[in-house]
Amino acid sequence: MEFFKQNTKINFMGLRKYAAVFSIILFLASVISLSVYGLNWGLDFTGGTQVQVSFQQPPVLNELRDQLAKAGLEKVTVQTYGSTRDVLISLGEQKTGAQQDAKLLSDQMTKQVLQALPGATFRSVDFLGSSVSSELAYKGLLAVIVALLAIMIYIAFRFEYRLAISAAVAMIHDPILILGVFSFFQIQFDLTALAAVLTVIGYSLNDTIVVFDRVRENFRKMRRATPVEVVNGAINQTLSRTIMTSSLTFIVVLVLFLIGGATIHGFALALMIGIIVGTYSSIYVAGAFAVFLGLTRKDLLVSVKKEVDAAP
Amino acid sequence: MNRYPTWKYCLLLLVLVIGVIYALPTLFGQNPSVQVSSPVAGATLTANDLQTVKQALIDKKLGYKSIQQEGKSVVILFATIDQQQLAQDYLKALFTNRYSIAISLAPAAPRWLLALGAEPIRLGLDLQGGVHFLLQVDTQAVQDERVQTDLHNIADSLRDQRIRYSGIELHKPSTIQLTFQDPQMLTRGIDLLGSHFPEYVWRTTKSMVTGQLTPSALLSINQYAVAQTIETLKRRVNELGVTEATVQQQGADRIAVDMPGVQDATQARDLLGKTATLEFHLVDTMHDPMVAAQGVAPPGSQLFFYHGQPILLKDQVVLTGDSISSATSGFDQNGSSSVNIVSSGQGNSNFYRITGENIGKPMATVYIETKSYPVMINGKQQIVYKLEKNIISIATIQNALSGSFQITGLANPDEAKNLAQLLRAGALVAPVTIIAENNVGPSMGQQNIHLGMLSILIGLVCVVVFMMIYYSVFGVIADIALLLNLIFLVAVMSLLGAVLSFPGIAAMVLTLGMAVDQNVLIFERIREELRHHVSVQTAINAGYEKAFATIVDANVTTLIAAMVLFSIGSGPIKAFAITLTIGIITSMCTAIAYTRAIVNSMFGGRKIGRLPIGIKVKPQQGGKN
Repeated sequence: MEFFKQNTKINFMGLRKYAAVFSIILFLASVISLSVYGLNWGLDFTGGTQVQVSFQQPPVLNELRDQLAKAGLEKVTVQTYGSTRDVLISLGEQKTGAQQDAKLLSDQMTKQVLQALPGATFRSVDFLGSSVSSELAYKGLLAVIVALLAIMIYIAFRFEYRLAISAAVAMIHDPILILGVFSFFQIQFDLTALAAVLTVIGYSLNDTIVVFDRVRENFRKMRRATPVEVVNGAINQTLSRTIMTSSLTFIVVLVLFLIGGATIHGFALALMIGIIVGTYSSIYVAGAFAVFLGLTRKDLLVSVKKEVDAAP
Repeated sequence: MNRYPTWKYCLLLLVLVIGVIYALPTLFGQNPSVQVSSPVAGATLTANDLQTVKQALIDKKLGYKSIQQEGKSVVILFATIDQQQLAQDYLKALFTNRYSIAISLAPAAPRWLLALGAEPIRLGLDLQGGVHFLLQVDTQAVQDERVQTDLHNIADSLRDQRIRYSGIELHKPSTIQLTFQDPQMLTRGIDLLGSHFPEYVWRTTKSMVTGQLTPSALLSINQYAVAQTIETLKRRVNELGVTEATVQQQGADRIAVDMPGVQDATQARDLLGKTATLEFHLVDTMHDPMVAAQGVAPPGSQLFFYHGQPILLKDQVVLTGDSISSATSGFDQNGSSSVNIVSSGQGNSNFYRITGENIGKPMATVYIETKSYPVMINGKQQIVYKLEKNIISIATIQNALSGSFQITGLANPDEAKNLAQLLRAGALVAPVTIIAENNVGPSMGQQNIHLGMLSILIGLVCVVVFMMIYYSVFGVIADIALLLNLIFLVAVMSLLGAVLSFPGIAAMVLTLGMAVDQNVLIFERIREELRHHVSVQTAINAGYEKAFATIVDANVTTLIAAMVLFSIGSGPIKAFAITLTIGIITSMCTAIAYTRAIVNSMFGGRKIGRLPIGIKVKPQQGGKN
């Protein structure tokens, strides 16, 4: 069975100007959404206490808020978490001085929450001191930057610097789009979601490198072709594989999203968006950008020559 | 072409068998269990003990799966965590001093499998349920105390050598300042300080000498503090009866404690977070405590109350609790209760000297604790902290003490036992604060496992079916490789003792997709070659060869991302990164080596007309196959 009976000859590169505009629009939209709505930061980044409880019947959230307010708890956010019967109650850092005070206070809060909400069964509680959470946010950002740099260096080394830059552009483009979706729908962004973003960066590179690999090979084989034709050819040749893998991985992550439960929700969603965006960016952003930067056969010939010289 | 030598097949098969053996225990799962052992370390329980415990369970109608002797203890397996909890609570209450009760998860795999060293995969807290604490060690407090002690020791040393000084002060944070009137004394002083107290950097300004701890000294003090705290916490966690708890250093001054299966975090927190320290002080016999109780305590001493009576203790700390390596309760020659102590470490020589100078004098053991009280201030409830110092015993120094000594004069055996237990659980070297806590209820843990398993299963089925339809026989081969990949992944993780967390299960599901990708690359390449009408054997060979470089490149980038995650992450994220990394490596092995082996054995070295790889290739004019 195959999707494409013969060699496809879709002129992907021909559409690259439209794709560029499309990408820029999405990118800007994401940036705007992030600045206007911001992200719904999870506990890992804000610090504080998060108590997860479940009820027999789906509760009315406003009632819960009233009950909690009556119990004297402030700075409370109440949201459903997963099923309609599970509720996540986030209590921000209540500043009462030293770190230890806050900690004990949050223990009390757990008890108070359970007291204030009759019928609630305890599921789990998370407490994160603000020092730890700000550290996690800092480390998370650092991780993304380090990953980007490391991968860029690797590509420049294995292929060629123009490709490295295009890959880098794709790598920045993908996470921003993912974050844009998270911000627009105010989906909780916690540490596992950040892990997913990092995984997407690595995974989307998979696609990009498969294409680049073909590009390199094609430059070697198609001696008279223009860069546009070469890149087009590469994308078409790998199209079958790209669609296959993306669909399979997408299905697998979709399963996670649907039945994995609320804790893995953000993670699975980030991955799903990432796969779609990543596939798109491997075709258009990475390839087109390289052409835009003036990639020619000569640039890749150097590395080809190295291979030829190295062969016995 | 396309044939593997027989030894290669044998090797692959051997590795497969090993993989299966080490992956199998995980399939059997784990049972919540309660472990009953003798309170005396190292002693074995007898068949009688087994009967006693069994009877107790039957009496209370507590259901259990099995009860048997295992090594030195009696192990009871339960079907559910609830049963385990009920049994633990009951047995603990019933057999308080007779047995020590601990909970754990026992593997349900058959005995012979476990004997080979295979164990089920370790589950993280989010899958097992349990409590996680992140503690911060207050290293500043340790430094302060060290400088305090040194202050006294310096004063003593100078006096011993009859070097007169006019003043000695402590300047926060850790500077000691000495004033000398006589320049000769100053010179002699500097000599002594330099030789006896080399951890300080001594500087002279006119008639003053200041000393500060060197950076390397500070570092070793901090490291020692953290290491000792870890030891103490380990002991305390043992006292709680959690056998699979882990206490690990995280970063320069933090400690992560994981206690699987613990439901009640409060008890755990009390024991762990107690900023409690033990100190030994000499009793001030020169001044009258009654007088001090009316007014002010004399300089160099502090007022305490013991059994309602005022008593003065000298400020100088003679020995700290962290120097105690073991403590048991017993009786002295006269038959009265006592505690036998073995001390070691840095404090020893000082202790020996000071006690030697004070034979016949009483010495007090002081327990210092930071307690918190809820207090109503302006109608709002707030938490207030108080440092509490309590004398827990006063004993007479019989002779110069070092190494092993005895504390006598305790009221009764119970008091002796309590003191010994306290000393054994260890007084913390430094105050610790809980900066993060994570408590997962067991029902949540079970649910997570269930969901995780379901996800893997459904994901696997989707991929398997799809591959079979799309790539026909080769698809089946790829599916076999997928299964092998899962087996190897589980085997490697359980061998390494890596912890599986819920994000880790997500990583497993992800590797399914990525492992398939590698095979897709190879098969698409083979298809392409076939479309170019090369021979079947050449196509297979070319497919594997050409795809290899691409596979390596692509996987390296994901590995880089995984490694970055590993370095910044903690707990579940780290586990995710580890699982992802292992998954990628095993998938490379199975997707390349194992599928090649199967393909070779099925199609290699023979004349094949059409390769069942899911496409129909029109034969070229003139037929060139």
